[in-house]
Amino acid sequence: MRKVKEFIIEKLILICGLASIFFVGLIFLFLLKEGLSVFNIVTPLDFLFGKSWYPISDPAQLGILPLILGSLLVTLGAAVISIPIGIGCAIYIAEIAPARIKEVLKAGIELLAAIPSVVLGFIGMITLVPFVKNCFHLPTGLTALSGSIMLAFMAMPTIVSIAEDALYSVPKTYKEGALALGATHWQTIWRVMLPAASSGLLAAIMLGIGRVIGETMAVMMITGNAAVMPNTILEPIRTLTATIAAEMGEAVVGSEHYFALFAIGIVLFIISFAINVTADLFLHRKQ
Amino acid sequence: MRNPYRTQKIAFSLLFLATLLIVVPVGLIVIVIIFKGFPAINWQFLSDIPRQGMRSGGIFPAIIGTLYLVAGAIIFALPIGLLAAIYLSEYSKENVLNRIIRLAIINLSGVPSVVYGLFGLALFVVFFKFGASILAGSLTLGIMILPVIITTSREALESVPDSFREVSLSLGVSKWQTIRHIVLPNAIPGILTGTILGLGRAAGETAPILFTVAAFYLPRLPKSIFDQAMALPYHLYVISTQVPNVDEKIRYGTALVLLALVLFMNLVAIIIRYQFRRRKKW
Repeated sequence: MRKVKEFIIEKLILICGLASIFFVGLIFLFLLKEGLSVFNIVTPLDFLFGKSWYPISDPAQLGILPLILGSLLVTLGAAVISIPIGIGCAIYIAEIAPARIKEVLKAGIELLAAIPSVVLGFIGMITLVPFVKNCFHLPTGLTALSGSIMLAFMAMPTIVSIAEDALYSVPKTYKEGALALGATHWQTIWRVMLPAASSGLLAAIMLGIGRVIGETMAVMMITGNAAVMPNTILEPIRTLTATIAAEMGEAVVGSEHYFALFAIGIVLFIISFAINVTADLFLHRKQ
Repeated sequence: MRNPYRTQKIAFSLLFLATLLIVVPVGLIVIVIIFKGFPAINWQFLSDIPRQGMRSGGIFPAIIGTLYLVAGAIIFALPIGLLAAIYLSEYSKENVLNRIIRLAIINLSGVPSVVYGLFGLALFVVFFKFGASILAGSLTLGIMILPVIITTSREALESVPDSFREVSLSLGVSKWQTIRHIVLPNAIPGILTGTILGLGRAAGETAPILFTVAAFYLPRLPKSIFDQAMALPYHLYVISTQVPNVDEKIRYGTALVLLALVLFMNLVAIIIRYQFRRRKKW
C-alpha cells in the first residue's frame, strides 16, 4: 500500500518537475496559434520592416518597424545609463563598502526591485516627465528619454545583483596575488577582478537589458505612445510591449489587429528567449 | 608618472557616486509616496467603493480584487512549484533533461509580463472560455510566479545537509518519507521566503491582468471566481492615465497602499530569511 502511494507521489513530483518545460512550450504554442494568422495578411518581411502601424485603418497597415525602433531606442538609452552605474554600484558593494553598509545597500537594491512597475511609472509621470519637458523646452515630456531614465532604474537591480555575484565568485587567490605584487586595490579591481568576472558581468548586462525590453507599464505611461518612426530621443515613441498593452483591450478577438498583437508577442518571446539562453551560457561558462 | 593612489581615490569616489545615484532616488521615491499618500489614507479610503467616476470614495474593491488574485495565484503555483523544486533538488540527475528544465525555468522568468497577459488571454480567456475572470487572472499570475517559487524552494531544499538524508536513509526510511519528514521541515523557512516573494510579485504586476481579469470600474465585490475584478495596480494605472482630473491625493494614496502591500511582503520575507540564517543549526 505504502509502495503504491510513494510510487504515485514520485510520479507526481516528476510531472511537476517537467511543468516549467510544459508551460514554456504552452506559451510559445498559444502565441503561435493566435499570432501566425497575421501572416495570411502581411508577409513576415512586411510585418517586421513595414514603416507604418495603423492597425484599425482599412486596409490595416501592420508594419512594426516603428515599434521595434522605439523599443531599441529606449533600451539603448536605458543601457547607456544603467550599465556604468549598475556595474559601478556592484563593484562598490562587492569590494569597497564596509560590511554593515553593504547589507543596507543590498536591502536598498532589493527594495528597488520590489517596487511595482506601475508605481514607478506613476512617479515618473509626476516627477520625471515635467522635468524632462522643462529641461529641454519640449512640447511634451513624454519622450523616449524619460522612458530610458525610468527603465534604467528597473534594469539596475538585475545588473547590480548578478554583477555582484560575479565579482564575489572570482577566486580570492587572484585578488591576493595582485595585492601581494604591490598593486593598489583599484588596480587589482580594474586589471584582475573585472577581467576575471567578465562573463558574469556580460550576463548581468544582458539580463538587465532583457528586463528593459520586456518592461511594459512604466514605459507605456511615460513614453507618449506615438507609433511613428523615431528621429530623436526627445520625441514620444512607442515600444512593442506598450503596443500590446495599450491596444489589446480594444482589439476584437479573431481580428487582424488581434492576430498582429499576438505576432508582436512572438517577436518579444523570441527576443527574451535569445537573451536568456545567451546570458545563461555566459553565466555557466567554465573558467 | 600618474599617482596610483590618486587614481584609486578618484575611481572609488566615482563608484560611490554610482551607488548614490541608485540608492538616493529609491529612497526619495519611497519617501515621496509615503508623505504625499499618507494624508489620503483613512478608514473610508480603505473601505469604500470608488465614487464619482473614481474621483472620490475609496479603493476597497481594488484591494479585495488584488487579494483574491494573489491568493488564487499562490494556490495554483505553490504545490506545483514546491513539487518541481523537490524533483530538481532530490530526484534529478545532472543530465540533458535537468539542463532543459533549468533553461525552461530561466526562460519562464524572462518572458515579458505583457506576453503572459497575451498567453492568459489566448489560453484561459478564449480557449478555455473562462472569460475575463479572477480564475483566468490567477492562473496567469500563478504561472508567472512559478520560477520564483521553484528557484527559492530549490535553494532551500539543497541547503539541507546531505548528512540528514543519509542518516534517515540508513535507518531504513524510504526516500519519500525522508523528504517529507526530514528535508521539507528543515527547508520550510526558505520555501516560505520564496512564496512570499512570489506573492509580492503577483500583487504588483499589471500587464498580465490587463486582458485576463482587470475591470476598469466595478463598484462592487466579485461574487465568484468567474467574475471580473478590480485590482490595485491596474486601478493606479487607470486613475493616473485614463481618468482626467483625479485628485492627486487619491493617486498617491492608491500608490501608497500598493507599495505598502508589496514592501510589507518583501519585508516579511527578508525577516524570515534573516531569522532562519541566525538560528540555523548546521
